[in-house]
Amino acid sequence: MNRIHVNSTINGDVTEFLCDPGASLLDVLRDTLHLTGSKEGCGSGDCGACTVELDGEMVCSCLVLAAEAEGRTVATIEGVAEGSVLHPVQQKFLEHAALQCGFCTPGFIVAAKSLLDRNPNPTETEVRYWLAGNLCRCTGYDKIVRAVMDAAAELRQERTAA
Amino acid sequence: MPSPAFHAPDTVEGVVALLSGDPTARPLGGGTDLIVQMRSGRIAPGAVVDLKRIAALSGVRREGDVFVIGAATRCTALKDNADLCAAWPGVVEAANLIGSVQVRNRATMAGNLCNASPAADSVPALVAAGATCVVAGPAGTREVAVQDIPVSPGKTSLASGEFVVEFRLPARGARAGDAYLRSIPRTEMDIAVVGVGANLDLDAEGTCTAARIALGAVAPTVVLVEAAGAALVGTKLDDGALSAMVEAVTAACAPIDDKRGTVAYRKAMAGVLAKRTVQIAAERAGAKA
Amino acid sequence: MNAPEKIETFRHIGTRPVRPDGVDKVTGKALYGTDFKAPGMLWGAILRSPHPHARILSIDTRAAEKLAGVKAVATGKDLPTLESLVMHVGEGASDIVDISHNCLAFDKVLYEGHPVAAVAAITPELAREAAALISVEYEVLPHVLGLEEALADDAPLIREPAKGGTGETPSNVAMDVTMGRGEVEAALSGAAVVVEGRYTMEPVHQGYIEPHACVASWNGDGQAQIWCSSQGHFMVRSLTASVLAIPQSDIRVTPLEIGGGFGGKTTVYLEPVAMILSRKSGRPVRLGMSREDVFRATGPAPGAIIDVRLGADADGTLVAAEVTFKYHSGAFAANDAGAGVSSAIGHYRIANTRVSGIEVLCNRPAAKAYRAPGAPQVNFAVESAMDELAIRLGMDPLELRMKNAARPGDLQTSGLPWGEIGWMQCLEAAKAHPHWSAPLGPNQGRGIAGGYWGNYGGPSTVNLSVAEDGTFTVATGSPDIGGSRASMAIMAAEVLEVPYEQVRCVVADTSSIGLSFVTGGSRTTFATGMATVEAAREVKRLLCERAARTWQVPAQHVEWRDGHAVCTSGERQGSKMSAAQVAGSSLHSGGPVTATSALSAQGWLPGFGFHICDVEVDQETGHVSIVRYTAVQDVGRAIHADYVEGQIQGGVAQGIGWALNETYIYNKDGKLENPGFLDYRMPVASDMPMIDTVMVEVPNPVHPYGVKGVGEVPIVPPLAAVANAVRAATGKRMRSLPMSPDKVHAALHGEG
Repeated sequence: MNRIHVNSTINGDVTEFLCDPGASLLDVLRDTLHLTGSKEGCGSGDCGACTVELDGEMVCSCLVLAAEAEGRTVATIEGVAEGSVLHPVQQKFLEHAALQCGFCTPGFIVAAKSLLDRNPNPTETEVRYWLAGNLCRCTGYDKIVRAVMDAAAELRQERTAA
Repeated sequence: MPSPAFHAPDTVEGVVALLSGDPTARPLGGGTDLIVQMRSGRIAPGAVVDLKRIAALSGVRREGDVFVIGAATRCTALKDNADLCAAWPGVVEAANLIGSVQVRNRATMAGNLCNASPAADSVPALVAAGATCVVAGPAGTREVAVQDIPVSPGKTSLASGEFVVEFRLPARGARAGDAYLRSIPRTEMDIAVVGVGANLDLDAEGTCTAARIALGAVAPTVVLVEAAGAALVGTKLDDGALSAMVEAVTAACAPIDDKRGTVAYRKAMAGVLAKRTVQIAAERAGAKA
Repeated sequence: MNAPEKIETFRHIGTRPVRPDGVDKVTGKALYGTDFKAPGMLWGAILRSPHPHARILSIDTRAAEKLAGVKAVATGKDLPTLESLVMHVGEGASDIVDISHNCLAFDKVLYEGHPVAAVAAITPELAREAAALISVEYEVLPHVLGLEEALADDAPLIREPAKGGTGETPSNVAMDVTMGRGEVEAALSGAAVVVEGRYTMEPVHQGYIEPHACVASWNGDGQAQIWCSSQGHFMVRSLTASVLAIPQSDIRVTPLEIGGGFGGKTTVYLEPVAMILSRKSGRPVRLGMSREDVFRATGPAPGAIIDVRLGADADGTLVAAEVTFKYHSGAFAANDAGAGVSSAIGHYRIANTRVSGIEVLCNRPAAKAYRAPGAPQVNFAVESAMDELAIRLGMDPLELRMKNAARPGDLQTSGLPWGEIGWMQCLEAAKAHPHWSAPLGPNQGRGIAGGYWGNYGGPSTVNLSVAEDGTFTVATGSPDIGGSRASMAIMAAEVLEVPYEQVRCVVADTSSIGLSFVTGGSRTTFATGMATVEAAREVKRLLCERAARTWQVPAQHVEWRDGHAVCTSGERQGSKMSAAQVAGSSLHSGGPVTATSALSAQGWLPGFGFHICDVEVDQETGHVSIVRYTAVQDVGRAIHADYVEGQIQGGVAQGIGWALNETYIYNKDGKLENPGFLDYRMPVASDMPMIDTVMVEVPNPVHPYGVKGVGEVPIVPPLAAVANAVRAATGKRMRSLPMSPDKVHAALHGEG
């Protein structure tokens, strides 16, 4: 097996791993680095449960070869909270009960944070279209959309106060 | 199922050498088609050649009036170029209908084209735009019309060792507009059941001086319907002209029944969407409604 | 809303606290079925049939076994031969022989994707490579997918005729249920108006985002551990033990977090196979499904052909109803016909009724429970027919339903009377809701539909223990799919009159808590909730008793008030001890305080819901957009209001998916054409509006807090609500699901 040596920065930590050339970034995150917060719901980019940020842009980690991560920055759900302090998106998901089984939740939170990092004041339609790549089968999206809108409002307030 | 070799060369020549050395090798743009096909076992390339380490292949630049879009440019990056969005909104929109934001943050128009699906969203828009692509290969580079790349579902006209390096979108007239619409069952995340790209040039009086209409998912490849464009040229896009255009579009459809749509529905949608697409393009070109 | 007879005030019931497992789930720490790994674990892979129907002539596993790194290979021959035994442990009954043959085909494969062999190897890549090296010789048999095709005289038989014959003509009918009363034909012929129609749909999938996965470790001494996500780890234990013919107590199943189930995780697919591979290799073995595997080989909800006839007097009084349906059963006998019969027309008072349903075997994966199993299909037909009847009568469709709605004491289809149902109250709440009278825009239409599902109670065990500091732990045997830890903690804190955070709830493994049925049938908040309340009451009694002992007063002098033991008479009157004080001294007052409640909850009541749906139809393209949706439901009493609303909203979204775009698509070769989320089109966020919920509370008098199950019902009305809205917007009655754009377009423009 011709495994590839890869250096990347994952959640701020310089990380080295060996991977099979055909392995996805998701495979390596989950099975090699034990970061199992990113989930595999489909393996084809259709559910968004594996959403991570690669060099600051959200992607499906099942559709990235691990070898492509060489020299790049990866941010996963495990890096969203600052220590024990939840990100507002995480906090609002809890307060709005925006999760039932919770399996899709990490992907939604990474995606929602990615939206709010770019657009602090999204409309409901913008939220819905931005999150269209994340499937949730439990909630009907209602409480998820509300949580994201509320998190946006809180982040705006934080920014104004700062 | 042996794993492919992974290469990330930093020159176009490096890519050509790797692709020439292994006819099963595949260039990797965003991977949103390639990786899915590899993981499902549909293809088993001997090597994967990542294009994203070649700086010149990522990004949009101007060469005079021509927009040059590198083959490894992700679809969402097109939206960051205000000039491109102003000149070719239909192309930018078409590329930004593919999959989800996650997918578009990886997917490239070159990948969309070379995957050779008749339902590729960006291709009808590029064909309508009259875009060309620069192909690099063992014999050097050549410039090819976009519609000449796909030859049948999953097959391209690219020779062994060749790959698409960049797209070139031509200069724009003062009163020109393009648009792309597609029919999908949901609002996002679907493959086009029918896609229509339209590109119009108008004169100062609002008379159409040039028109290109391209259809996706109604034939084995994206088709440029010259008769549909011809039906609009010389008109002010009145109802009669639009009807003639729709008739030409419907006549050009040779779709199949499959899990995504029926022959009858595809033909009907091609007409409906062609009309709507032309109207948007006309509005963008500054025509009076 | 309707006012309860006596106003009860609650400390916690009906509030919306943060769920105790929430932080783990928003930070990615929670371990789901797919996340667990055991030290030394091997990776398994399954070889599945490419044919929908074939006899297995031979399986050659030698090449796979020779591959370096492969540690075990298994086929159906490795599973013990079992006698037929029907077990009631999931949602509905299953024959253990069918479960076994579904885990690994024995002599025939019955659907594309049917497991044929399995391997365990040191890496996932090797396991997949080894599975591909197994060569299977098949004799391909004719296959059948369609309901009517499978019932034809010359149809291939899915089930081998019984040896020696039973006297019955062999057929693919797996189950036949009929209920009703009165003279249906006579009443229909005397009715002023009769509507009739045939309604059809293909199977749909539950669509949980977490694919099935498990890790099994089976030691040489016979003892085993399984880590998996499921809707019931006791179900996993009993089915796995039965398939392998080993004692249940030799298996300890640890429940992992479950990433959705909706009825689809109420059986075993992988666990017995992982067990066999583990025994052969001596190592823990992980088996998991891909999304394609999930679609091809796990239970969809049955597709259906439903014939309905409804008759009414000129004033709108229903006089007769006949509903006859056929459901897909798939490769093995399933369970939806009975529930379908019970769920068809029981929400209306009708003197003459006949409802009969059959299940039909065919070369598809075995149908499995999906949220209100059996109900949405028949409800689609009946509530569409009601809409048609209202149009024919020139009556308001809501008035027609109110006129005929069943009340408590009216007879169900089974002949049993309804209990304290809140159906009428739902209709009244809908009528009063602003949505019902809101104006519509161009190309818009409004549809309504009502429905119900029987719900369930059954066995649950809860252990409630008190820590030395007076905090409480509730341990249940019920997997938490959608916030049940929070609702158990709410109910225990309500009984104990302590802050919510003073009670924590865990889901215990099969060796640490007593038997509990699956989280399904909308039973958990009701049944496990009852056990929680019973255990909390016992703990409260024990705490009072301990305080009495400490104070040396008679036990009847001590009461529990506001989270404290309080002495109510005698010399120590007015003395108070907190839970912490009682618990802190408990080691000297009789030992640790804990209580277990093991019960089989009875007295559950059905849920009723009524939905209002506005659609906008693009008349040129046939696209249907849901522009507004309101779901009214009798919830008994909401324990955690957010998660009750969430159940309603989620069920509605699944129903909308079923109505508009979800469907199984097989090609003529019997192969599934859309085994992925790309072409199995579940609703995405941009397809949905907000879903307004109205919780009507008609408490269940049997439950300490009035709980009725809420999870199942909301998927029942949407199919017809959407279809009736499309009818209102376009004048076209859509009798075939899904109402995808091409079908709506064909209805509007007369093509196809």
